[in-house]
Amino acid sequence: MLDLILQTCVNALYASSYTALMAVGLVLIFGVMGIINFAHGELLMVGAYVVFFLYATFGWPFPLAVAGSIVIVALIGVLMERALFKPMRGNPLGGLIMSVGALFILQVATVDIAGLGLAKNIPPAYDGSVALFGIETLTLPRQRLIVMVAATAGLVLLWLFLTRTKLGWALRACAQDPEAAALQGISLDRTALIAMVIGAAFAGGAGALLAPIVQVTPYMGHAYVVTAFIVIIVGGVGSLEGAVVASVIFTFFDTFVTTFIDGSTAAILGLLLMLVVLVVKPTGLFGSAEKA
Amino acid sequence: MAHEARLGWLLAFAFACVAPNFLSVSMRDVALYMLLYIVVAQSFRMITLTGDWSLGHVVTMGVGAYASALLVKKLGFSVWIAMPSAALVGALIAYILSFPLFRLKGNYFLIGSFAAGEAIRLTWFKYRDPFGGPTGILRIPAPELTVPGLGTLDFSDWSLFYYLALGFTVLCLWLMWRLERSRIGLTLNAIHWRDLLAESVGVDVRRYKTLAFVIASFFAAFAGAMFSHYLGSANPNQFGLAVMLYVLVWVIVGGTRTFAGPVIGTVLLTALSEILRVVGVDEYRPAIYGIILILTILFLPQGLESLPGRVRDWCARRKGVVPAA
Repeated sequence: MLDLILQTCVNALYASSYTALMAVGLVLIFGVMGIINFAHGELLMVGAYVVFFLYATFGWPFPLAVAGSIVIVALIGVLMERALFKPMRGNPLGGLIMSVGALFILQVATVDIAGLGLAKNIPPAYDGSVALFGIETLTLPRQRLIVMVAATAGLVLLWLFLTRTKLGWALRACAQDPEAAALQGISLDRTALIAMVIGAAFAGGAGALLAPIVQVTPYMGHAYVVTAFIVIIVGGVGSLEGAVVASVIFTFFDTFVTTFIDGSTAAILGLLLMLVVLVVKPTGLFGSAEKA
Repeated sequence: MAHEARLGWLLAFAFACVAPNFLSVSMRDVALYMLLYIVVAQSFRMITLTGDWSLGHVVTMGVGAYASALLVKKLGFSVWIAMPSAALVGALIAYILSFPLFRLKGNYFLIGSFAAGEAIRLTWFKYRDPFGGPTGILRIPAPELTVPGLGTLDFSDWSLFYYLALGFTVLCLWLMWRLERSRIGLTLNAIHWRDLLAESVGVDVRRYKTLAFVIASFFAAFAGAMFSHYLGSANPNQFGLAVMLYVLVWVIVGGTRTFAGPVIGTVLLTALSEILRVVGVDEYRPAIYGIILILTILFLPQGLESLPGRVRDWCARRKGVVPAA
């Protein structure tokens, strides 16, 4: 029983790593632009497909394929920001509707390029498992370990960027108060672009890293974006630390309920948990009052 | 203007009355969906009147479909009683959900309503008894009516059901129209534009928002009940996010400012979907919807219904400019 609990903890940590990547990206975009990006799951899906093409079809090395996928999805992010979100500054609902349009377009474009058919199964780039903390029964497949390490590295880099660089400060200033930031000479257009690039790159990276582990289909984004919504609501929309902490809390909850009861119960309870948080503390566990 | 509008509605109604005579078999389904989705889109607009956008509206429709099917199949209700009862069930569930949801505003309300809807939909998936799991409920009977002297009318006949749906849609539209012109509708409008001012003159904003939400859910659930008895089945995938987003597209492209907007949007875009299907590019439909949605928001933010007014303005301006030059 102890083994099972420990193993479930490890699985939860793994799940929280990519969930945090998604949630942090969404929060960054919401914080700076005030837009809820409904197409965020589709960015993850595109990231996974790029790995399918580069790695599984063209035979690139896996890390290079992941890098390629991050670049491509970040470019899609640039396009979305400039073409769709920029004209909608100050109109959050308009931005959301734009992202719904982008969601449809990305899904159809993927179906058109890659075909619908069966889910793409991508062979793992790294075989075998590692035993953690010297306990033989406590294992994590190497491929999943890569996801955890890469996601953690990405989050740490983002944290360093936001706290140590001038541009990072500008980004946080915009998230706190766009008008005051603009008065200080910070270009909102530029920070919005950077936020969108980082958000898209994180989503694309998550999709790329997960591609060999999960089933890759044009509609795979839905589940991830729902989870990310729950996480950012629980953590407080607009709070990056909240998003990371809520990712861990939520995935532990979800993984334990899935392991000990079943997956659909976990999904229903997760949504109810979010409704409860919305009712009890609408600004989320870490959100500030004025962001609501 | 009022005359033009009335003429437009009458023409549309006359066209709908004679339409069954020249519809092909494959277009029959489309015509029926169109009628019922007009009710869903129009009731969706009723929620947006207060400035809130719900993403749970199609699930509410599903609540009506499931409730009506279960009332008939498990409890032996007559279809004629089950459908309005199901609409009441939809309204009741909306009322219960309004307690958590209306603590929220704007984007939060949107995500909250989406989450509540998904929770309901996942419940249908999970519980085979009584909801039938992923396959849903099958063999839902169509209504029958015994008229003295005429014998039994069996509404599994398409054209009979079509006229039933047409009558239903016209009645719902009329009721929603009356409601919008009533004191309630005017109050909702006041809440949309100046919620704090409305509150300060003694309007209970929360109560009116809840009222709009519950009434809109009643209509959506009623339309859902009609759906289930027409199709003979109800399953969770019929009421997923994709359908919700389609309704959102119809309403936004048509325009939410006036009553005609959602009707125009639903009719034109459903017709477009059918054209795309006939041409054989069905798989591009979501992307074409997406492009239309983006172009509408960019260039015609008030929706298609604002087009005639814009053209008229443009002509007037041209006329005004020419003599001056």
